[in-house]
Amino acid sequence: MALVLSEEQEILKRTAREFVSGRSSLKRVRALRDDREGEGFDAALWAEMAGLGWLGIVIPEAYGGLELGFTEQMVVLEELGRGLCPEPIVGTVLLGAMAVLLGGSEGQKEAILPAVVAGERFLALGYQEPGSRYDPTRVATRAERAGSGWRLTGEKLGVVDGQAADHVIVSARTDGEVDDAGGITLFLVRSDAPGVTLERQHRIDGRGAARLVLESVTVSSDALLGTEGTGAAVLGRVLDRATIGLTAEMLGSMCVAFETTLDYLKTREQFGRPIGAFQALKHRAARLFIETELARSIVMEAHAALDRGADDAEIARLASAAKTRCSDAFMLIGNEAVQMHGGIGMTDEHDIGLFLKRARAAEIQFGDAAYHRDRVATLDGY
Amino acid sequence: MSDLDTFRAEVHRWLDDNAPDEVRTPPRSEEDVCWGGRKVRYPAPVKRWLQVMAERGWTAPTWPEAYGGGGLSADQAKVLREEMAALSLRPPLVGFGLTMIGPLLLQAGNEEQKREHLPRIVRGEIRWCQGYSEPGAGSDLANVQTRAVRDGDDFVVTGQKVWTSYGDRADWMFLLVRTDPTVKHAGISFLLMDMESPGVAVRPIKLISGASPFCETFLTDVRVPVRNVVGDVGAGWGIAKMLLGFERNMIADVFKTREDRSRLLKLARRYLRTDGGRITDAVLRDRLTQVELDQLCMDLTLARSRDRLKAGQPPGPEASIFKLYGTELNQRRRELMVSIAGPQGIGWEGAGFSDEELGLTRDWLRSRGNTIEGGTSEIQLNIIAKHVLGLPD
Repeated sequence: MALVLSEEQEILKRTAREFVSGRSSLKRVRALRDDREGEGFDAALWAEMAGLGWLGIVIPEAYGGLELGFTEQMVVLEELGRGLCPEPIVGTVLLGAMAVLLGGSEGQKEAILPAVVAGERFLALGYQEPGSRYDPTRVATRAERAGSGWRLTGEKLGVVDGQAADHVIVSARTDGEVDDAGGITLFLVRSDAPGVTLERQHRIDGRGAARLVLESVTVSSDALLGTEGTGAAVLGRVLDRATIGLTAEMLGSMCVAFETTLDYLKTREQFGRPIGAFQALKHRAARLFIETELARSIVMEAHAALDRGADDAEIARLASAAKTRCSDAFMLIGNEAVQMHGGIGMTDEHDIGLFLKRARAAEIQFGDAAYHRDRVATLDGY
Repeated sequence: MSDLDTFRAEVHRWLDDNAPDEVRTPPRSEEDVCWGGRKVRYPAPVKRWLQVMAERGWTAPTWPEAYGGGGLSADQAKVLREEMAALSLRPPLVGFGLTMIGPLLLQAGNEEQKREHLPRIVRGEIRWCQGYSEPGAGSDLANVQTRAVRDGDDFVVTGQKVWTSYGDRADWMFLLVRTDPTVKHAGISFLLMDMESPGVAVRPIKLISGASPFCETFLTDVRVPVRNVVGDVGAGWGIAKMLLGFERNMIADVFKTREDRSRLLKLARRYLRTDGGRITDAVLRDRLTQVELDQLCMDLTLARSRDRLKAGQPPGPEASIFKLYGTELNQRRRELMVSIAGPQGIGWEGAGFSDEELGLTRDWLRSRGNTIEGGTSEIQLNIIAKHVLGLPD
């Protein structure tokens, strides 16, 4: 697979760009952020996205999806990232649907995926806990047998898009100690089940997230996703794919932050000339541009690798490589963008601050650059 | 079997029949590769390898046969490269004739110039050097002061060139001269000059690495025929910029192909403490990963650029970053190698340091020049800011 978009992918890109610029302004994003009682996204827009097939781009046709490639998904995510769209695609599609697709039984896939693709069902993945930072195998939440089913007790934090989810896929320990890689099992938990508390967490980027508390929540045996004790492997594959998807979104956002700053450099005048004429800013702008180009290459390659069926080890390495690059690049661009805007960049009224906040939240999501470099070094055996 | 497969089989057989054993190992130093020319003696197998390859035009595979080239298509040339790599064959000829002045003459030279110079480049008879920089014309290259005054059918050239790569081993020089002192860019012309001409003197410059790959070239009333002007008189700046494009591609290319990628980790394993294979110095370990991942992104960006061209799209803005980022990345790699070697990384010569360790130090020092030669990083940033980003002057 060449690192260049096909004609069909270019058409999809144009469609997505027109959709975002026509239907999702930053004013809209800001209003959703400021509505503290709402769910943080626009249900009508979500339905439109479902209508376009964007909630099932990589999902097989058998479950109602488009059965296209990850590169097509990348194209759409990049454009949604350009608009900082807060719709719950990370939680529902990248994490939730992917966990069902990779770990679920045939029955679970048939029951859940078509509803996700149709925009009727919202999912989330609860895997982070107090103190677990980025390590998905540090799990204290416990699941004990209760009759033919299970009883779950524990706490999950930073459940992306959890506030909107009707089901949360939860990692829980069916065996072993807190830090063991083995003994982790995934369960599908209804948000309205007795003993479940799901409360909205408000993050700097205004995106949806939740704290999930499970107090002796009983689930039936068919709530188990995959097989007992093998949750860590599924979780790893899901997180790598979601991480790669997130980097596409980050790429779109960082490019807009850069383009907005470039416009400002050309129009803002001081000392009788555009500030972009000053070499101190010119050179830094050129370096930001380089970052966007390098990020684009690794993001495209990671998606191309998924499409060519690369093995899990290569996907893991590329996911970490892409996340490292995009985390560093987006943060650098976010910081520089505010600096180059000067005082106006510090105001809530100006949009550039939205990008810095998203940069920070996306950097942390699924592990920051240092975490992923450490992971690459470990994967490479040093 | 497709035509290309037939070609591949034929190429493989021919290479295997004709390549001397001595050229079937990777070059260990610059001396192991033939740069051609009249001034340097090469071992017999290296000369024979050059001769057989030049006869087929395969030292310049894609150049037209009319000028001695191989006349191969891009796909055929790729097959030739791949089959040479499969047999671990050294290139039969390298140098600025093949990578710089040759491509330039193909694009901008007149018929007479192409017929005179290209076949001699293909056969490795003439080694070329570049006369661009001057003491007062570095980053501000258009400030060249070397004067060329018309006298009948000749220009009489007087001035000084500096940073002439391998000037002491070259036979001909392509250079920028000032034919009109009243205008800056439009007063520059592009000349081809025989280094044997009376009035040419060359002096090597010793660098911080101890090596002397660069020279100063002094020109005193050197007579150069007017027919050796490439393009029109006064059109030299456009020609110079065209050639700088080739040069930057070449510099970026070097970092793509030459470096043994696994070397950094091998050095780390040798010099750093490990615990079950894991490098215990967390900072150096992180720097190592950073260099490797940055290299991956750079390689992928080069691949993306090639894929665009193959798909028939024009070069994208990504092409502007290769010289800048490639050279800085190479510097960081060299710097890290010295950091990893630690006390063994600061040797100059003699006892207590292995040849490889001494090489690390010198390569690091040499790499400092990467971001200066061929247009400094600051000039590259100016170019990106102006031509890609459209920022005002």
